[in-house]
Amino acid sequence: MNNIWDPTHECMSRDELEQLQLERLQATINRVHKNVTHYRKKFAEPGILPDDIRSLTDLTKLPFTSKEDLRINYPYGMFAVPLREVVRIHSSSGTTSKPIVVGYTKNDIRIWSNLVARFMTAAGVTHDDLVQIAFSYGLFTGAFGVHYGAEVIGASVIPMGTGNTEKQIMIMQDYKTTVLVSTPSYALQLASRIREAGIDPHTLSLKFGLFGGEPWSERMRREIESSLGLSATDNYGLSEVIGPGIAGECQCKNGMHIYEDSFIPEIIDPQSGALLPPGSPGELVLTTLNKEAFPMIRYRTGDITSLDYSPCSCGRTLVRMQRVVRRSDDMLIIRGINVYPSQVEEAIVRVAGSDAPYQIVVERQGAMDSLEVIIEVTSKIFSLELQKQRSFLETLKKRIGSVTGIGVSIKLVEANSLPRTEGRINKVMDKRQI
Amino acid sequence: MLKIKNINTYYGKVHALKNVSLHLRAGEIVTLIGANGAGKTTLLNSLSCIVQVASGEILFAGEAISNLAPSQIVRLGISQVPEGRQVFKPLSVEDNLELGAYQHYSSKAGRLEAKNTAAMIYDLFPILHKRRKQLAGTLSGGEQQMLSVGRALMAKPKLLLLDEPSMGLAPMIVQEIFRVIENLSQEKKTTILLVEQNARAALKMAHRGYVLETGKVLLEGTAAELLENKDVQRAYLGRDKKEIWER
Repeated sequence: MNNIWDPTHECMSRDELEQLQLERLQATINRVHKNVTHYRKKFAEPGILPDDIRSLTDLTKLPFTSKEDLRINYPYGMFAVPLREVVRIHSSSGTTSKPIVVGYTKNDIRIWSNLVARFMTAAGVTHDDLVQIAFSYGLFTGAFGVHYGAEVIGASVIPMGTGNTEKQIMIMQDYKTTVLVSTPSYALQLASRIREAGIDPHTLSLKFGLFGGEPWSERMRREIESSLGLSATDNYGLSEVIGPGIAGECQCKNGMHIYEDSFIPEIIDPQSGALLPPGSPGELVLTTLNKEAFPMIRYRTGDITSLDYSPCSCGRTLVRMQRVVRRSDDMLIIRGINVYPSQVEEAIVRVAGSDAPYQIVVERQGAMDSLEVIIEVTSKIFSLELQKQRSFLETLKKRIGSVTGIGVSIKLVEANSLPRTEGRINKVMDKRQI
Repeated sequence: MLKIKNINTYYGKVHALKNVSLHLRAGEIVTLIGANGAGKTTLLNSLSCIVQVASGEILFAGEAISNLAPSQIVRLGISQVPEGRQVFKPLSVEDNLELGAYQHYSSKAGRLEAKNTAAMIYDLFPILHKRRKQLAGTLSGGEQQMLSVGRALMAKPKLLLLDEPSMGLAPMIVQEIFRVIENLSQEKKTTILLVEQNARAALKMAHRGYVLETGKVLLEGTAAELLENKDVQRAYLGRDKKEIWER
């Protein structure tokens, strides 16, 4: 079996897989019922006991877990083990200024590493490769997840981090990087810098590119592959569930295999919450099966996708999910970072001391996404002296930057100059063509 | 090869197994970990149909086997080594072994085969050969345990259920019993479901394990994962204590 990291679990028969899923689901439900007050209460509302889960379809009896649930239980309320057993804490942006905190035990890290190793192996990575990781190391899960996966495979890791494009290119040339891990938009940016510098991409040693963290398209894949001379694959993950390593493409590049021995995927109608049949597009809901510190029961990812249970020619028996291009909520993904308009609104209200009409404009220049906040001048802002107006803008910029984690530009415009439909401003204008 | 879905077992009003699901692949050693009263022995007894299951499904090689007669279970290829050995004390070692092949004794071929199997067991436990004429009741605890395992093997099981094989035995003897179990798995490819009070030793030998608590499965994982799990470490492994005979 070529390019399959864990053939036992990636090529199980449906029957075997469902038995394992049922066992792990029941154990997980027993554990969260015992250890997590939130779940115990949530299950009690419809009157569900762990004993009621007798088959995989019984999962639908359980309530969903939303981002709001995670926010209410900030910071450690959803942990299923005491903090002393947690060896790692990550966080991701929440819908408001408070982030979402997730934890990992030693076993979780080991399981996570092996899940990442699966999609890296599927993409073609082996222990002979040199992996340059251009994700941000820190509270985000992306860089560490891929880092561990590459180490488990035995590849050489270059923990580059984000930014400093010149140095990235220098290292890529001199260290002979064979695998690039980044967001797809950053890969395009690197490609255009390489072109500008007059470097022939074929003199680079790149073979594979593993891209994730933001939506991208087949058009972008072709562009990245031709401009960097590598094979590009997509992978999927989100911090609330584990980070990268939930699903990844094989070399058929026709959907991402979800690692179903660790996660049960469901597709629901985002409005009604009703389960949709395989193949129909809807919101992805995930349940973890072997996480210790931070199990998730029916977590609503907000990502719109569809599932394909037909066999794949790579030999894996795992279901495939289509690439995610839409969200069921208003979350924006800017340069791989999740941004909620509500975070921006909260910052404006906090700094301006009152509500101010605003619009968020997202644009893509070249491969770079930019976010601009346009605020209408209210009488309160107008009455400020020029000096204070400038410091108001500075403070706001810093505030939004610290809450969302991205740099934004802010523009003041005349009152009532933002376009209104039926008297209301469209708060988010996403002008990107992905 | 073995697949259990949602079995529930009661002792009178006591709900001893609650929706337990579990599986064993051919050739695996799987261990059950849990405190006294967690339901480990009940699970083994439910499998061998010594106790009735109230609901749920047990499939052995694709065939439903719940609530058959225990003798049918043995014929299908599942043998149990009971807790506390339970050898027939007034009988000789030889006779004890022969009783293990009771199912095969109706035919001549069966009797011949039993003889060969007995020879194989004497190879496995040379001490039993030495003692074959002795009454089982006069054997030491360790020897009785070997006899108990040997008796179960006489039925040539595909799946061996072992209930606390190290209970009350001297470290040296335990080491030998464990060596034989490992050998059975590696050379005879016998599938083994092991209940063992010494969780650390069991996990060292097993491929996978399940943690039972008050009749429920709380955790499934590879042996390595369970050894790392802090709950398992705290509750069942004892802090860092190692028995002297552990490798």
